[in-house]
Amino acid sequence: MADESLVRLRGVAKDYKRGAETVHVLHALDLDIPKGDFLALMGPSGSGKSTLLNLIGGIDRPTAGSIEIAGIRTDAMSDGDLGRWRANHVGFVFQMYNLLPVLTAERNVELPLLLTKLPAAERRKRANAALGLVGLSERAQHKPRELSGGQEQRVGIARAIVSDPTLLLCDEPTGDLDRKSGDEILDLLQALNQQQGKTIIMVTHDPHAAARAKHVLHLNKGQLGREAAA
Amino acid sequence: MLKYLPLLWANLGRKRLRTSLTLASIIVAFLLFGLMQTLRVAMTGSPELAGIDRLITMHKTSFVQSLPLAYLNRVKGVDGIVVATSQDWFGGIYQEDKNQIAAFAVEAPTFFEVYSEYQLTPEEKQTFLQDRTGVIVGPLLAERFKWKVGDTIPLRSNIWTRKDDGGNVWPMKIAGIYQASNGDNQSMYFHYDYLNESRREIRDMIGWVVVKVKDPDRSADIARAIDDLFRNSSTETKTSTEKAFIQGFANQMGNIGKLLTFVAAAVFFTMLLVTANTMGQSIRERFNEIGVMKTLGFSGAGVTFLIIAEAILVTGLGGLIGLGLAALASKGIGAAVAQFFPVLGMPSATWGIGVVLILLLGGLAAAIPCAQASRLKIVDALRKS
Ligand SMILES: Nc1ncnc2c1ncn2[C@@H]1O[C@H](COP(=O)(O)OP(=O)(O)O)[C@@H](O)[C@H]1O
Ligand SMILES: [Mg+2]
Repeated sequence: MADESLVRLRGVAKDYKRGAETVHVLHALDLDIPKGDFLALMGPSGSGKSTLLNLIGGIDRPTAGSIEIAGIRTDAMSDGDLGRWRANHVGFVFQMYNLLPVLTAERNVELPLLLTKLPAAERRKRANAALGLVGLSERAQHKPRELSGGQEQRVGIARAIVSDPTLLLCDEPTGDLDRKSGDEILDLLQALNQQQGKTIIMVTHDPHAAARAKHVLHLNKGQLGREAAA
Repeated sequence: MLKYLPLLWANLGRKRLRTSLTLASIIVAFLLFGLMQTLRVAMTGSPELAGIDRLITMHKTSFVQSLPLAYLNRVKGVDGIVVATSQDWFGGIYQEDKNQIAAFAVEAPTFFEVYSEYQLTPEEKQTFLQDRTGVIVGPLLAERFKWKVGDTIPLRSNIWTRKDDGGNVWPMKIAGIYQASNGDNQSMYFHYDYLNESRREIRDMIGWVVVKVKDPDRSADIARAIDDLFRNSSTETKTSTEKAFIQGFANQMGNIGKLLTFVAAAVFFTMLLVTANTMGQSIRERFNEIGVMKTLGFSGAGVTFLIIAEAILVTGLGGLIGLGLAALASKGIGAAVAQFFPVLGMPSATWGIGVVLILLLGGLAAAIPCAQASRLKIVDALRKS
């Protein structure tokens, strides 16, 4: 099992300095996530769920321990290498969508592709394919503020998957949505996992959302406890 | 690079009012800068008008003070001189006070020997030399007032009064329209004798002497020899090259120019602060978005590049519009003040300096937000919403 892990954390710790005092958010954490998993990460607020997700996604660095993803050690990479690695391997979905307000849905989804050498026409094609996949083709030319929360989040998902990443990391993707829109997002994530084989790690404190995952992990005081999904 | 243009453009539209106001300030700053450049060059004169083989002898104190006519003949005797001629400022006005004309009373035959770049047809020249009240005028001046050869012009002086009737109008008959290769298209030259015998204030006095030397390399020696002639007399002289003379005249204007330049620089500096502040504000509001872009894989250098590019897009747009307006306005000003200065429009070097300023202004305005953005950790940036 350990050998097939897509994500492998060993002895990962994370401290934050807040003024003079040091906050130990995560300690000596081991974690293995297999390829194709849909993992829900639960836990009380402030338990370090986002911190863990950020470490896996390479937008933060562990204080100690090692992080290996698809056989690559990311914790020791330079900032530049890590940025390029993220562009190729990770898609992020945020609770507040985090779309650029000045760009249309299409341009938002195209944004990660600007870092590639793809010609403009190909970038457009892929952006629209991703928008099609989340069911928002007709809204391609709309700006974020002209969309509902659920639609904005679907654009966010399209942006996360447009460069076909190894890992999809979602931090409370339904946290700001009503039940119906939230369910649509969860349907979408489930479909991406089941039909496209995307490996998804989703932070949530909503048991209803966690129920859609294949596995659920509980984070408490920097420690993990695993349980099977209901 | 072009693929980022829609993003840059979209960012400018983020707060239309703010962008417009910033743009407007930059346009005004560069308009001012362009006009200052025009004025500065106009006021410091065009030394290209000067001949290198010409010297000007004038009153030691200032060129508005006259010299005795007798000096002309004494200067003519100095070794190394080809020919010398005299000039006197008339202060010409035609019809209305605003129509100021550069009119000079000259010693006619020698004028053409010293200023060989002034051309007339043989008949015109003949007419001029034979007619005591004759005058030759520049082609632009003739065109401006629709003057033709043979017309008699009542030219008023704002300096001299007539002995006979106490008036200040001297009728002059246009003998010819000269062509000058040095760019002087708007002057009038008439006979010194005509002025000298009829003006009340002074007699047998001239404004200054223009000398043509055989060997420009010896100009300094000749100038000293001329001034030595009159040393310790009641009217000492100062002889300099024509180029230095034009610049000396311009220096009085140049001081005003310096003041204006100083004001422009102050305004420009203020603009820099305003732009930097606006840019900084606009970027700080976007720290969260910058965090998102970095999350997507944009590098610190990439984000810095985009911020600088955005700043330079604003300063470039504003700067080029401002300079364009300045170039247009300079043309207008050039036409209006043509009788005082040969303004040839905004100097083309202004564009080059302008581009440097655009890059500098944009770069400096972006520097602070860039430094802040690059120091920002992604997780911290994302926590700002
Ligand atoms: N960038 C940071 N700087 C300082 N403290 C942080 C930072 N990120 C998180 N923390 C702290 O770490 C703890 C865990 O935060 P987080 O991972 O966001 O929790 P969760 O997502 O489970 O609510 C909290 O106490 C939080 O205040
Ligand atoms: Mg969180």
